[in-house]
Amino acid sequence: MVSLNMFFHLTCQSWQFEIVNEMIELIDVHKAFAGKAVLRGVNLKVEKGESVVVIGGSGSGKSVLLKHIIGLLKPDQGTVMVSSIDLSEVDEDGLNEIRKKFGMLFQSAALFDSMTVWENVGFGLKRHTLLTEEEIKDTAIQKLRLVGLVNVADLMPSELSGGMRKRVGLARAIAMEPEILLYDEPTTGLDPIMADAINELIIKMRETLNVTSVAITHDMKSAYKIADTIAMLYNGEIVAKGTPEEIRNTSDPVVRQFIEGRAEGPIVLEGVER
Amino acid sequence: MLLKLIERFGAAVERPVEGVGRCLILLSATIKWIFRPPADIRNIFKQMLEIGVNSLPVVLITAVFTGMVLALQSYTGFKRFGAEGLVGSVVALSMTRELGPVLSALIVTGRAGASMAAELGTMRVTEQIDALETLATNPVKYLVVPRFLSGTIMLPALAVVTDIVGIIGGYFVTVMLLGASSKAYLRATWDYLNVDDIYSGLIKACFFGASFALISCYKGFYTKGGAEGVGRATTGAVVVSSMTILISDYFLSAWLFK
Ligand SMILES: Nc1ncnc2c1ncn2[C@@H]1O[C@H](COP(=O)(O)OP(=O)(O)O)[C@@H](O)[C@H]1O
Ligand SMILES: [Mg+2]
Repeated sequence: MVSLNMFFHLTCQSWQFEIVNEMIELIDVHKAFAGKAVLRGVNLKVEKGESVVVIGGSGSGKSVLLKHIIGLLKPDQGTVMVSSIDLSEVDEDGLNEIRKKFGMLFQSAALFDSMTVWENVGFGLKRHTLLTEEEIKDTAIQKLRLVGLVNVADLMPSELSGGMRKRVGLARAIAMEPEILLYDEPTTGLDPIMADAINELIIKMRETLNVTSVAITHDMKSAYKIADTIAMLYNGEIVAKGTPEEIRNTSDPVVRQFIEGRAEGPIVLEGVER
Repeated sequence: MLLKLIERFGAAVERPVEGVGRCLILLSATIKWIFRPPADIRNIFKQMLEIGVNSLPVVLITAVFTGMVLALQSYTGFKRFGAEGLVGSVVALSMTRELGPVLSALIVTGRAGASMAAELGTMRVTEQIDALETLATNPVKYLVVPRFLSGTIMLPALAVVTDIVGIIGGYFVTVMLLGASSKAYLRATWDYLNVDDIYSGLIKACFFGASFALISCYKGFYTKGGAEGVGRATTGAVVVSSMTILISDYFLSAWLFK
């Protein structure tokens, strides 16, 4: 049992560090859409400063899982805790306060296409701080520089390439100096060089901003590179969890099939006949 | 009271209970957020510009030609029994009580309603609405409230313009083209026109403005399924809003002009 091994390993680690500081905790989270179960009892803990990558096939519910962490979706059953606060027990204002701790990079960047790049990056600042327009623009330009973009502040999102959009999305996510960053498939749809550049950025964010992060991906190269811990979502549950090294050497047939990218194996592809 | 009316008229429209229920939930959320400071003045202003000012050319052309054709038809019709002196009254009453509010509402629905549904629908399917929420911004307050308010405020304004321009169009045809007396036309207009006619027409316009904005936002807000979904939301917004306007027009008229 791979997962047992890994839990044991993790427990040892926690003992070593003495203080267990759970930033995010999902307990037995269930979610179904129109009767179709997507999450069937997800348990996941993310510690402060940790970088967790959740891997899983397309349509396995990775995005749904991520949206539960920031309260965009509510579990049918189970609990989502963020810094020891149960998201189901806070009201709308409370939820917004918690959301200010988060930055989220969406799969397609989800930039506001009616606004310029700097207005996108400065959106949170404009809504939640008393900074002047000029100060916001300066901050936005500085965040853009942090993600490697210069001279784009006054462009519209539609004028940018896919990789640049993701960078702008990242700049917007870090603009309010969040404690937690969520990444939805940060490298999907990018060429290998751009993908690696985004991986480097994610590592840099972690080192310079000292954030806790949860990324979801099916790009194993990216997962190995940015994760402290990799967890695999399959059939609506976390079926394995461990360090990149442990995942790489696992004997769990489901995980092996996924990381090796084989069509044959125990994983059943929805709607595909075998 | 407004809630009840919308419920009744919404149910009369084809779309069954589920849509109406969610629409009403959106309405109550919208009303709740209207009264929560801070007011988003700049956004409201932008929407008022979009709904009001940008619809003006189409509304003007429609209004002037409607007034003209109304005068032409009633003049030739009334002439048969020698009542052409009443053309001014017919134009004035039809415009203020009925055509001003309804025509401007239908035009604005086709323009602004469609674009609201398409814009919010695109924001939904490209996760921009989710992104708003992650940036601790309530999407109902940020997106729906300004559109709802501008719809409710700008439609009466457009209806007034339609009334006036329609009456001018009627005057032009009757007096300039058909050669009736200018004085008689104006007297017919003023003598039979009550403040009540104008005022109840504007109540209708307010209601139409609120309905089309709410329905269009609702359709956009709950869009599903990519580009095709956005197309469906846009069509749905125009169809359901137009039906709601026309059906509720009957009931509102029955209630206001009894
Ligand atoms: N808002 C929603 N309404 C209905 N079904 C949804 C919704 N969000 C996700 N789903 C369904 O949940 C499943 C998992 O989706 P998702 O989490 O996006 O997968 P992925 O792992 O590729 O990110 C899919 O079958 C999708 O159709
Ligand atoms: Mg996804």
